[in-house]
Amino acid sequence: MAGYAFLAIAVLSIVAYFIGQSAGRRFQAQVGREVHSLPVYHGAFVAVWVGIPALILVLLWLLLQGMVINQLLLASLPDDMTNGVSSARLSLLLSEIHNVAAGRIFTEPSPAIVEAAERYAVWERIARWAMLVVGLSAAIVALFVARSRLAPRFRARNGFELFVSGLMIACSVAAILVTIGIVASLVFEAMRFFAIVPPTEFFFGLNWEPQMPIRADQVAGAGAFGAIPIFVGTLLIAFIAMLVATPIGLFAAIYLVEYADSRVRNVVKPLLEILAGIPTVVYGFFAVLTVAPAVREAGSAMGIAVSPNSALAAGGVMGIMILPFISSLSDDALKAVPRAMRDGALALGATRAETMMQVLLPAALPGIVGGILLAASRAIGETMIVVMAAGLMATLTLNPLDSVTTVTVQIVTLLIGDTEFDSPKTLAAFALGLVLFVVTLSLNIVALKIVQRYRESYE
Amino acid sequence: MKTREMATGQDEGNGTPASSGRSFAENQRLDREPNPLKATARDVCVFYGEKQALFDVNLDVEDRSVTALIGPSGCGKSTFLRCLNRMNDTIAGTRVTGRIELDGRDIYEPGLDVVELRARVGMVFQKPNPFPKSIFDNVAYGARIHGLAGDKSDLEEIVSTSLQKASLWNEVKDRLHEPGTGLSGGQQQRLCIARAIAVSPELILMDEPASALDPIATAKIEELIDELKENYCIVIVTHSMQQAARVSQRTAFFHLGNLVEVGPTEQIFTNPQDQRTLDYITGRFG
Ligand SMILES: Nc1ncnc2c1ncn2[C@@H]1O[C@H](COP(=O)(O)OP(=O)(O)OP(=O)(O)O)[C@@H](O)[C@H]1O
Ligand SMILES: [Mg+2]
Repeated sequence: MAGYAFLAIAVLSIVAYFIGQSAGRRFQAQVGREVHSLPVYHGAFVAVWVGIPALILVLLWLLLQGMVINQLLLASLPDDMTNGVSSARLSLLLSEIHNVAAGRIFTEPSPAIVEAAERYAVWERIARWAMLVVGLSAAIVALFVARSRLAPRFRARNGFELFVSGLMIACSVAAILVTIGIVASLVFEAMRFFAIVPPTEFFFGLNWEPQMPIRADQVAGAGAFGAIPIFVGTLLIAFIAMLVATPIGLFAAIYLVEYADSRVRNVVKPLLEILAGIPTVVYGFFAVLTVAPAVREAGSAMGIAVSPNSALAAGGVMGIMILPFISSLSDDALKAVPRAMRDGALALGATRAETMMQVLLPAALPGIVGGILLAASRAIGETMIVVMAAGLMATLTLNPLDSVTTVTVQIVTLLIGDTEFDSPKTLAAFALGLVLFVVTLSLNIVALKIVQRYRESYE
Repeated sequence: MKTREMATGQDEGNGTPASSGRSFAENQRLDREPNPLKATARDVCVFYGEKQALFDVNLDVEDRSVTALIGPSGCGKSTFLRCLNRMNDTIAGTRVTGRIELDGRDIYEPGLDVVELRARVGMVFQKPNPFPKSIFDNVAYGARIHGLAGDKSDLEEIVSTSLQKASLWNEVKDRLHEPGTGLSGGQQQRLCIARAIAVSPELILMDEPASALDPIATAKIEELIDELKENYCIVIVTHSMQQAARVSQRTAFFHLGNLVEVGPTEQIFTNPQDQRTLDYITGRFG
């Protein structure tokens, strides 16, 4: 029924558009240039008037209908069923009624429930039809109101533009609200976590064993929520990734900008961009099935013990994943150095290498650094590769051949399986998420600032 | 260096010593003795991909004088200028045919090192393009990459004399370590000239060096060019006919990729042989 309502409103809006447009045309025919707005704006004005209020009305109706009917149902039930009953029990009662009405009967329902279910079905039907009728009449009333306002000097364009700017404001407000909501929930849950586990323990503790069954009275004592090993593991893997990606990406960019001829560039650039398009889960595969065993075998051939899910394998593959990032941002930064700079050096008799090292690279450095920071924030926040290829045990080590775990891996494992939403184990995920968010956000802000400042200096 | 020593003999032929107040007539006297040739172009054609931009250009450039290239926009002045230091090589898909000689040596012959060539042929661009380095480092750049200075004091000597020759020294001597990009447009252009001079080039190419500058800065640059020609050979592209008349001894008029006419500046501006030149200098097109 809601679908029909939306369809009807859409059709009415289209009709309204043509009514408004033809009115606009008629005005033009009558008074020519004196008409304030073009016919399309007359049409759009009427269409908006017809469509939007009716749409809001229907949406509100859908939102409130269930609540109102439920209240009515509860009121209609015999008093002994509802008096002094907890709200949880009441909602069970309501869902039983809904189930019976929908024909999903698990146990023989009591006669009162069956009656209520019948009432529910009737009210529900009435409410839907009422919605359709109300929505359509709102649309039709709006059509007449809007049509009656049209006149040659009527500012239909301004009215429509007002609506469009309102729409844009609403969209951006929605985006901002969602962001604020996510951050607020992170902060809120993290605060609940820190109420149980003191922040000093979380930020400075060296022992992370959240999976142990912990009784409420033991939580703060054991030192099981010290996140240092996780932070160190995250930084270790990100560092290995940067160690792989930065030189390769930078040299690839230098080669592409300054040395490669256009045929090579036309092949290599898209290939690098394909790297960026590979789903991270595929990189994860590659790390687990190919790189990790290879690293391990190489290690054993040299007589070094390598953990099966070494930081080296995960970090190395992650480096390949962020490589196109660095290469394309460095490429942009190098290309953004004005050609005059390059010509100036070449005309003085500098070789291409000298031009690159002494003029182009220093000039592009801020952009390149910005790119590297952005890539680092990607590496720190990357999840799939490490979930598949890094370890689960939080060992405090800097040895790249050992298995370490990362913030993202821990968040995933903390929230997998049976969870209880007020146990410190679950809440710890929010605390970790908050830390991750703050770190990647600040990296991004710093990087964007640097890149921006650098852009300005050439404009 | 040998060419530079011959300068004393030439000065008398050129009339008065360098000064800003020199009049048109003095500067462009038809009866002045021609200088030896610094560069010669024979049947030079330039192609950008399929498109031909220059058609069989034959031009001689005299040493120790200023040669001006004039002509309507898009006629190939910059293209010809860039042939002389092979900057066209840096544009993908460019092809140059014909023969260009510098001191009798073909600059497009396979064995020639462009880096060495560009050290001998300096260039100043239309828009000042100092490097984002200090004033000192800007001027010292060429000397450093070519190893012209033995030690630090040599380098300082080169920088200060170059800045003096570019008549910028007094304005910047107290701020040599501030960024070159912080100077005014006219100062930046003189900095670029100093940067070019610091490598002791024999030939200096200037592509509309004053077109981004105000009249006062322009006058300074013109004065400077006039002084520089005592020691250097200069080829300048300009859109201003007054400028060509003021600074150059010889003028070449390009039109649609052809070199239409070349001769002493006075003759080009007072008695052109070709109808197109006449139309251009009298402002009928371009
Ligand atoms: N990089 C290039 N690629 C392709 N064509 C070019 C290139 N540079 C110049 N041309 C073409 O070659 C011709 C000559 O250009 P050039 O820059 O030499 O003219 P110009 O005389 O210096 O003009 P202006 O006075 O406007 O600077 C023009 O038709 C131009 O379109
Ligand atoms: Mg030009």
